[in-house]
Amino acid sequence: METAQFWGYRRPDGRVGVRNHVLILPTIVCATQAAKQVTELVHGTVSFIHQHGCAQVGVDYEQTFRTYVGMGTNPNVYGVVVMGLGCETHQGRSVAQEIAKSGKPVDLVSIQDHGGTLGAIAEAARIAAKMVQDASALVREPFDISELIVGTECGGSDACSGLSANPAVGYVSDMVVDRGGTVILAETTELIGAEHLLANRAVDDRVAKRVYEAIEAMEKRAMMMGVDIRTGNPSPGNRKGGLTTLEEKSLGAAAKAGTRPLQELINYAARPTKKGLVWMDTPGHDIEQLTGMVAGGAQVVLFTSGRGTPTGSPIAPVIKIATNTPMFERMRENMDVNAGTIIEGKESLESVGRRIFDELLLTASGKLTKSEILKQHDFGIWRIGPTF
Amino acid sequence: MPSYRFVILNAKDNVATALDDIPAGSAVNITRHDREHEITVKQTIEFGHKFAIAPIKQGEDVLKYGEVIGVASTDIAEGEHVHVHNVEGKRGRGDKKNGDRSVLGI
Repeated sequence: METAQFWGYRRPDGRVGVRNHVLILPTIVCATQAAKQVTELVHGTVSFIHQHGCAQVGVDYEQTFRTYVGMGTNPNVYGVVVMGLGCETHQGRSVAQEIAKSGKPVDLVSIQDHGGTLGAIAEAARIAAKMVQDASALVREPFDISELIVGTECGGSDACSGLSANPAVGYVSDMVVDRGGTVILAETTELIGAEHLLANRAVDDRVAKRVYEAIEAMEKRAMMMGVDIRTGNPSPGNRKGGLTTLEEKSLGAAAKAGTRPLQELINYAARPTKKGLVWMDTPGHDIEQLTGMVAGGAQVVLFTSGRGTPTGSPIAPVIKIATNTPMFERMRENMDVNAGTIIEGKESLESVGRRIFDELLLTASGKLTKSEILKQHDFGIWRIGPTF
Repeated sequence: MPSYRFVILNAKDNVATALDDIPAGSAVNITRHDREHEITVKQTIEFGHKFAIAPIKQGEDVLKYGEVIGVASTDIAEGEHVHVHNVEGKRGRGDKKNGDRSVLGI
């Protein structure tokens, strides 16, 4: 097997980043606007808007906490300025302490303790400016592809998704796995109807059982709502593109997972413990799924689309792969790779797969994706409990 | 006569996926179970949409990728557009009493 390398940044905990961001991490909705102001003042910083962090309990609290910590510890982040309000449930201090265990620079600014909005912005900007300069002194080094965790995702699917881009990503998935890397398959909702194919590839009975449990739990949520899941998924755009049922969409979505054994099934925003193909239990919602994988440590994401989407992450490059040429032409500023040539009979699946693999290594080495250039800093946590 | 592109993904399938817009009344040649025959597409099939390559009875499974993608909610004739108007999903059906996922209409 030929090896493959990319140029990245080694972090104190041993993991390797493909970007070198300073993250202004608001752990509470009340601090998101101040955090955004800091990114406007200080070059090289990123942040995101969300509505979480207070009046959450139990497993829902834990999942949100895990997501914040995962974003901060993702190796694409050099250092973190955690911004809190002061009185919230998700205390910035706990999040900062957990991220600090990775050995990277972390600091905490709280709006109530730092003189209100303007004082907090000034303090966070001062800390961030120092971190950005320190980060800029780092030089990329070559690393083996086995250091990569690649997230996979499909959004705005059409009937071509299962014919072109998803099987091409499946081909890349096998290439990454065969070279010792890790690939995350997610969107449990969109695997309903294809679970038997994945359970058959599980490394052992325990993993196979987990596959059926995750699918059953997701399907039960639809049952509890008392509606046909098709009222929400496949979406109107999916249906216009020719997808008739969730099962049909799922069978196309599963093609992203290639053909290698399924090593484990992990919780939302959790870090894989195995190399190879792993399944993260997430909803089909594009942003919530993306956030879960990035919080789980994915440094790069391969995202296929038939209808076209702008989605991106504040800290991870997202490579957009079009399933059909007309959409690729219409949304050139959003799409990075065209897999529509498979539909047109102009290119083989393997050839497109190799192009995506090359793009993956280039992107991991620093080439910016369209969603990064357009500052598409999406973030959304899968909430599993009510707000109180 | 123009030829339109479509794909049948598995030998078990009873639908084909159009890779061109196929106008109503077009004849296409289908090879199924080693038998080649011509069928007439009954409605315009848009790119990415499906048409039946065999008669599908109400309650019968609709197969694509060699797997079940749903169940026919009405009898579907060969060459007919197969989509949300004549196929129901079997999964995630919270609207079915007791989560019943058996044949439609029961």
